[in-house]
Amino acid sequence: MENKMIYLDNAATTKTSRTAIEAMLPFFDSVYGNPSSLHSAGQRAAEALSDARQRIARCIGALPNEITFTSGGSEADNQAIVSAALAGKKSGNNHIISSAIEHHAVLHTLKKLEKEGFEVTLLSVGEKGIVDPDEVRKNIRPETCLVTVMFANNEIGTIQPVKEIGRICRDAGVPFHTDAVQAAGHLDIDVSEQNIDMLSVSAHKFHGPKGIGFLYAKKGIRLSNIIEGGAQERGKRAGTENIPAIIGMAAALEEACDGIEKNAARISALRDRLIDGISEIPHSVLNGDAKKRLPGNVNFCFEGIEGESLLLLLDDRGICASSGSACTSGSLDPSHVLLAIGRPHEIAHGSLRLSLSEENTSEEIDYTIDAVKEVVGYLRSISPVWRDLINGKKNYIVQ
Amino acid sequence: MALYSDKVMDHFRNPRNVGVIENADGVGEVGNAKCGDIMKIYLKIENDIIVDVKFETFGCGSAIASSSMATELIKGKPVSEAMTLTNKAVSEALDGLPAYKMHCSVLAEEAIKKALQDYYEKNGIEYDRSQFPDCESCAGCCG
Repeated sequence: MENKMIYLDNAATTKTSRTAIEAMLPFFDSVYGNPSSLHSAGQRAAEALSDARQRIARCIGALPNEITFTSGGSEADNQAIVSAALAGKKSGNNHIISSAIEHHAVLHTLKKLEKEGFEVTLLSVGEKGIVDPDEVRKNIRPETCLVTVMFANNEIGTIQPVKEIGRICRDAGVPFHTDAVQAAGHLDIDVSEQNIDMLSVSAHKFHGPKGIGFLYAKKGIRLSNIIEGGAQERGKRAGTENIPAIIGMAAALEEACDGIEKNAARISALRDRLIDGISEIPHSVLNGDAKKRLPGNVNFCFEGIEGESLLLLLDDRGICASSGSACTSGSLDPSHVLLAIGRPHEIAHGSLRLSLSEENTSEEIDYTIDAVKEVVGYLRSISPVWRDLINGKKNYIVQ
Repeated sequence: MALYSDKVMDHFRNPRNVGVIENADGVGEVGNAKCGDIMKIYLKIENDIIVDVKFETFGCGSAIASSSMATELIKGKPVSEAMTLTNKAVSEALDGLPAYKMHCSVLAEEAIKKALQDYYEKNGIEYDRSQFPDCESCAGCCG
């Protein structure tokens, strides 16, 4: 195991699958036409594009012309929110509801809209990190023009009650957007059954290529352009379509959706093994809900240590992980998600996220448990905070 | 990771002078757990010479490396020379730190100064207070 890389950062990005790569290859040097061109080379690309759109739509229970290809999840989030905001503004509605644990692609877009006069309500999530649909209901006003709540959280893996939230929004006549970047290909998505009006997806989170994603917008939802300049995507997103990436995304999404049940069973078993092992470390706490959780997400806070040094030492042992520590983000505050579920700064700095894929093995999980135990123990042994805790000069935050 | 120089990684992976000195002649702790960095320095001083120095750090890779390097730079030196240690000297000895990690070297300088101040106080030695940072509003924290 010494020289092998153990990749446990699949929430950051995944390895592009062989299926996706093979599907993409002909579109670099064989079918390389521009789908907007009238000639046969262009039309072959246009057919492939149309086929990919249909296959992607089928994976989420949508219609092909409800899919707009974007550069990824962030662009899709931006376009969904800005579109709903502009539509709201036209009819004098300027209130948006979201949650405190959204991705920055959502939160920063909302911040920008606030500066332009929109009012934003960020719902709190409680200790488990789950939005209460009743809170959505209570906060909807006549002037609410959008509710945007993520499908599953990228840091702590909590799965949100999107179907219930969607139902409430539909009853109130308010458009509902969900950032499904962490969910697509890992959890069942059916936009009509789950009452979703807009949904953002990024391909590289389910073994597709980077730099491609899509926005689903239900028929009747008016999209506004973020990028102007051409008639592509029914005029809603200019720029020559990234055909190889779109084909790769379609192949990866189909493969992921076909394997959801099998993968979820396998990965969540590994996840629980990892959670059980790491839970043996004293004064550690699992972040998020133990059950309503993405199959591949593990997130812990450890008392008395800081996350970046933990990541560096795990990397030395071949383990790729992530942390919500301020030091890893270059900002001063630790993860907004960990703060939102009530973790104090002191332990939010000592967080570790391990995100699994179907390629991980139980041997890797056991090796990782041992490595995390060893590294946490070592860092505590050189930590003045830990010394104060064990000497009773400070009280433990995590019992 | 290419985030840090080889020197930083060496001092992070193999920190020098980690630990505690019982009955130290000077102890200094700076930083704030809320901000994600705490450094504690212990000094053993004989005949005005720093004969031993140990540290404990809660913090990121560069915080641990900065503490380690700072202890190396003052070990065996007269107190007066340790007083002249700057954060710049610490970061230069580490072949540089990323801009947003410079506060780690500031923290190391402040921790050592605070330990020296403690030594002066404990031994009733006159000193110039203006030479010491006001660590109640410690500039190294959170920035």
